[in-house]
Amino acid sequence: MTTVRNGKKNIALELHDLTVSYDRKPVLWDVDLELPKGKLVGILGPNGAGKSTLIKAVMGLTPNSSGYVRLFDRNLDEVRDRISYVPQRESVDWDFPASVLDVVLMGRYGKLGLFKRPRKSDKEVALDCLRKVGMEAYTGRQISQLSGGQQQRVFLARALAQQADLYFMDEPFAGVDAATEKAIIGLLRDMSSKGNTVIVVHHDLQSVTEYFDWVILLNLRLVACGPTKEVFNAELLQETYGGKLTLLSDVGNLMKHQHFPNREANASRMNPLK
Amino acid sequence: MNSFFEFFSFADPNIRYVVLGSILLTASSAIVGSFTFLQKKALVGDAVAHAVLPGVCLSFILSGEKNPLILVVGAFVTGWLSLVLIDVIAARSKIKEDTAIGLVLSVFFGIGIFILTMIQKSGAASQTGLDQYLFGKAASLVGQDLVVFGIVATLLVLAVYFLFKEFTLIAFDKEFAISLGIPVRRVELVLTTLTVLAVVIGIQAVGVVLMAAMLITPAAAARFWTEKVITMTWLAAVFGAISGLTGAYISYVAPSMPTGPWIVVVVSTIAFFSFFMAPKKGIFYKMYHQSRIKANINDENILKALYHLGEEERNFYQQRSTEDILTKRSFERTPLFKGLRRLKRQGYLDEKDGLWTLSLEGKEKGQRVVKLHRLWELYLTEYLRIAPDHVHDDADTIEHILTPELEQRLEKLLDYPTVDPHESEIPYG
Ligand SMILES: Nc1ncnc2c1ncn2[C@@H]1O[C@H](COP(=O)(O)OP(=O)(O)O)[C@@H](O)[C@H]1O
Ligand SMILES: [Mg+2]
Repeated sequence: MTTVRNGKKNIALELHDLTVSYDRKPVLWDVDLELPKGKLVGILGPNGAGKSTLIKAVMGLTPNSSGYVRLFDRNLDEVRDRISYVPQRESVDWDFPASVLDVVLMGRYGKLGLFKRPRKSDKEVALDCLRKVGMEAYTGRQISQLSGGQQQRVFLARALAQQADLYFMDEPFAGVDAATEKAIIGLLRDMSSKGNTVIVVHHDLQSVTEYFDWVILLNLRLVACGPTKEVFNAELLQETYGGKLTLLSDVGNLMKHQHFPNREANASRMNPLK
Repeated sequence: MNSFFEFFSFADPNIRYVVLGSILLTASSAIVGSFTFLQKKALVGDAVAHAVLPGVCLSFILSGEKNPLILVVGAFVTGWLSLVLIDVIAARSKIKEDTAIGLVLSVFFGIGIFILTMIQKSGAASQTGLDQYLFGKAASLVGQDLVVFGIVATLLVLAVYFLFKEFTLIAFDKEFAISLGIPVRRVELVLTTLTVLAVVIGIQAVGVVLMAAMLITPAAAARFWTEKVITMTWLAAVFGAISGLTGAYISYVAPSMPTGPWIVVVVSTIAFFSFFMAPKKGIFYKMYHQSRIKANINDENILKALYHLGEEERNFYQQRSTEDILTKRSFERTPLFKGLRRLKRQGYLDEKDGLWTLSLEGKEKGQRVVKLHRLWELYLTEYLRIAPDHVHDDADTIEHILTPELEQRLEKLLDYPTVDPHESEIPYG
């Protein structure tokens, strides 16, 4: 038993038989994987592959998940303040009445707890994080006036303000110019070299070997997960991107339309997500 | 006028009740409504407002009297029930949320009207004043009501005060809030409860039919004036209070007038005013801003035409007639003359006997526009591989937009080119 425990000591994220459904239709099937600590990890896969869904399931944001998720060998609720989540930029309405600083301060809310207002120290952390992403000149700016790349950096600063150990980022390079992308990846490298684990949904296959230590190849199910050198090859990429998995998605649709009982119904007993 | 002083001296205790009551009701529902507005849940407010009617009527039948506390409880129960139903229908069936809201709203309101009609037939309603729940009647507020409303309003304001940061975060980015471990479901439950409470007491003044407007409109109006949630909430409360006060006054002067419609007319007027007049977001400001831009483009085009003429004849400071200018570019006469006069006023042109000459500053400004135009054409052909004969129109707009910073970047990127795709010289200052 102790050997098993020791074996998990260096694991940041473990997914065990994770299946996620929307409206009964499974969009991720039986994902099993383990990620070591301190790596910069890319999640790759075509549109609709379930990359966002995977992250959301880990963060407990999807209604129907079965299997289990372990973070640092704990359940999510036990380690929440060590985990940071950066949603896709388009998932919020940027016309919201808030300034750049307001948004970055939101990263402190988890540590603050209910009812309490941000303190001076929280503001200082927020300003420091804005400096790290090169947005200190925009502190008081309305978020509606930012460009796409600047919005992305604000989200990144908010995540940094959480001072977490494990970061999940959904497409942080979407709508970002090349110079900003370089700056961000430098920052992420820096974070991972300090022992943080950073998991990033990514689109551009060109830059994968340059950016990531590890990759997760995903398309409705896990194709591969491992060090970039080992799994980022033509054969596995073909399996991820080539050929639609029509059979798998047809079965999914069938389950939706025939009101097939969810697998989760009998799995939930042992499901630590619930 | 007499009644005006009578009313606003607040000497009559009844008037004090009415004024205080109306302000409490409208301001507190505006505060809670700010978050309904930010969450884009205006329809939900409408559904709750209509769904409280059967509750009010039923508790009247059951208790046989118009005790404000009992009516509030009844209203609260059916208001709440409607929200639960909407959630269940949207989650458990194929019906989408907006349809579910419409469904619940009309069914509950229908039942409410049905029971109200029954009570009215029995002749009790007019004595009890139950029909005032439809359109509101602030003038009938009495001391007993005030105590109940005062407590509820205090509760609402306190809850918003303590949960301000959570309400704001959930309205902006709910998934992030969940990921932080904030008990989002419970906080939302509190907000929903507050909304129902605000509606339940608000209908006394405004009536069920128009209550949703009272939740949303003050916040929508306030949004035009500010970019801060806290300021928006305060402003919404002030707008709500102003409309509540006015509604109560009108109700006092003309007792046959229902208060609700007047309150809503006032708050809508405030919203309209904001829509037109607010700085930055208001329509007038935007129109003014647009016309400024248009005038600016027009003037730059005049300078550009004069610069082109100077380039051709190798003399930039020659006197030119408007006909000369029109050979380079077609202008409508009015904008042309307006522009010429404006440019003279600003010192970019000199005029003598109806002939126009570029000043030193005018030549420089015209030159910059020409330079930007040619740089952009070059950029389009070199970087975007657009055919040289297709780049002109694009450049005609972009030349007026580029900032000095972008200009520098463009120069650097293209490595300080000397000619554009049409072999025209790119002038440097
Ligand atoms: N909220 C939702 N409800 C229903 N289906 C969804 C929802 N979110 C995503 N999906 C579906 O799940 C699949 C995976 O989506 P997603 O995880 O967003 O893919 P990716 O991020 O890889 O592009 C897609 O087919 C998408 O249509
Ligand atoms: Mg996605």
